[in-house]
Amino acid sequence: MIAVRDLRKAIGEQEILRGVELEVAVGETLVIIGRSGGGKSVLLKHLIGLMQPDAGEIWVSGKSIIGMSERQLTAIRQKVGILFQSGALFDSMTVEDNIAFPLREAGMRDGKAMRARVNEVLEVVELEGENAKMPESLSGGMRKRVGLARAIIRQPSCVLYDEPTSGLDPVVSDSINRLIRRLQERFQMTSVVVTHDMKSAVHVGDRIAYLHEGRVYFQGTPAKLKQCDDPIIQDFLLGRSESATH
Amino acid sequence: MIARFFIALGAPLVAFVHYLGELVLLAADTFRSVFTHRLRWRLFLQQIVEIGLLSQVVVIVTGGFTGAVFAAQTYFQFNKIGMGSATGAVVAVAICRELAPVLSALMVSGRVGAAMSAEIGTMKVTEQIDALRALAVYPVDYLVVPRVLAMMISMPLLTAECIGFGIIASYLVAIVFLDINGTYYVANMVQWTRMRDLIMGVSKAFVFGILIVFISCHKGLTTREGAVGVGRATTEAVVISSLAVLISNFFLTMALNIVYPAGYQ
Repeated sequence: MIAVRDLRKAIGEQEILRGVELEVAVGETLVIIGRSGGGKSVLLKHLIGLMQPDAGEIWVSGKSIIGMSERQLTAIRQKVGILFQSGALFDSMTVEDNIAFPLREAGMRDGKAMRARVNEVLEVVELEGENAKMPESLSGGMRKRVGLARAIIRQPSCVLYDEPTSGLDPVVSDSINRLIRRLQERFQMTSVVVTHDMKSAVHVGDRIAYLHEGRVYFQGTPAKLKQCDDPIIQDFLLGRSESATH
Repeated sequence: MIARFFIALGAPLVAFVHYLGELVLLAADTFRSVFTHRLRWRLFLQQIVEIGLLSQVVVIVTGGFTGAVFAAQTYFQFNKIGMGSATGAVVAVAICRELAPVLSALMVSGRVGAAMSAEIGTMKVTEQIDALRALAVYPVDYLVVPRVLAMMISMPLLTAECIGFGIIASYLVAIVFLDINGTYYVANMVQWTRMRDLIMGVSKAFVFGILIVFISCHKGLTTREGAVGVGRATTEAVVISSLAVLISNFFLTMALNIVYPAGYQ
């Protein structure tokens, strides 16, 4: 579904990505972990063309998206949804209008059908009856759920999640993790989840990639990651700020 | 020393040319979109309300009081040489050709331009524009095109309204406070004011509207650095729009005076 080859990106003087190699199979959930500020979100934004790399290749559904214009990218973006870290809801619209936005933009005019579809995805994200609320009156977890509902309403074949559980309490985080898993099982969506929450990574991931110093340092199943005795991986898993190697 | 001088001179010049280039590219993208992509009528009508309908009070007050004070000042000078009744002609021509388009544009850039850059800028820093792009919606189609079209329609109409209220206010001041004979006032005004004066004012307003909307939208779309960035973008949008209106007005006056010459001919 997605292939990344030797992706490089510098922002200002800082080299964020230094040759990332990654593949995501259809229907798979890949979790990208790594330290804060390590370029995980930058990598995710590249996958949907929101950022352009300095060098490298990105293939989505067999098409190279590098060098595509914004208008050409719209075809790719119809297949790939994204949940932003902040939710990125349109603050002048209600929950219902936010979620219905992609349908309206796709040309759907039947209000009844649109509302039915909105209610259906609200049920999936467990927010039934919240249609009329404005984003400012929602909690962080609810915003992420609404953002997710908006991302999946057109049933994309792939969803990208940018820190879906950051800033949420453990119970809400768990419900988001379950939701990601449920979406994958129900709609067979390919998922790429960026997180530094190990519990979330193990819960939702079929495969985990550890991003370190702008490169993929490790790739494997959650079980393989736990067994890995590399000190850098161990430091991250155990949350040690001073390396055991020092 | 010399190299440093040229670097100091060149850097702002390059930045200015770069900025102009970005504005031209945004304009080209917008007009391409107008002709090749569907118009979002609901957003367009919302912008007509926001730009046109809700700016009316500001423009009416501006036009009215400018007409009133200009009539008074003109009368104070002209009456000394026995030409008090010519006040109407001077006021009408000046309002049509210069005052109404420029003052309306300045008021609209303060009210609408600021709001546009602040709204789009806030969307930019809160990832809402990235969300639009991610949802396969091109931000220029969704945010810029409705605003540009609404401004192109609203600005000339607001200016025409400003002209109308300026002339009405000047007439009222003339006959109530300045004791000018209303019939002479109107007769002189009609004799010296031509349709071309009105066309010139409205044409200028059309150009000013385009300048304001592109400068404001561009500032919004290029906003960075959170709340501080939004504040900066808003201020810059108003300042640059106002300067662009005042500077372009001179060149428009010189150019349009060839097409619509001033004076009785």
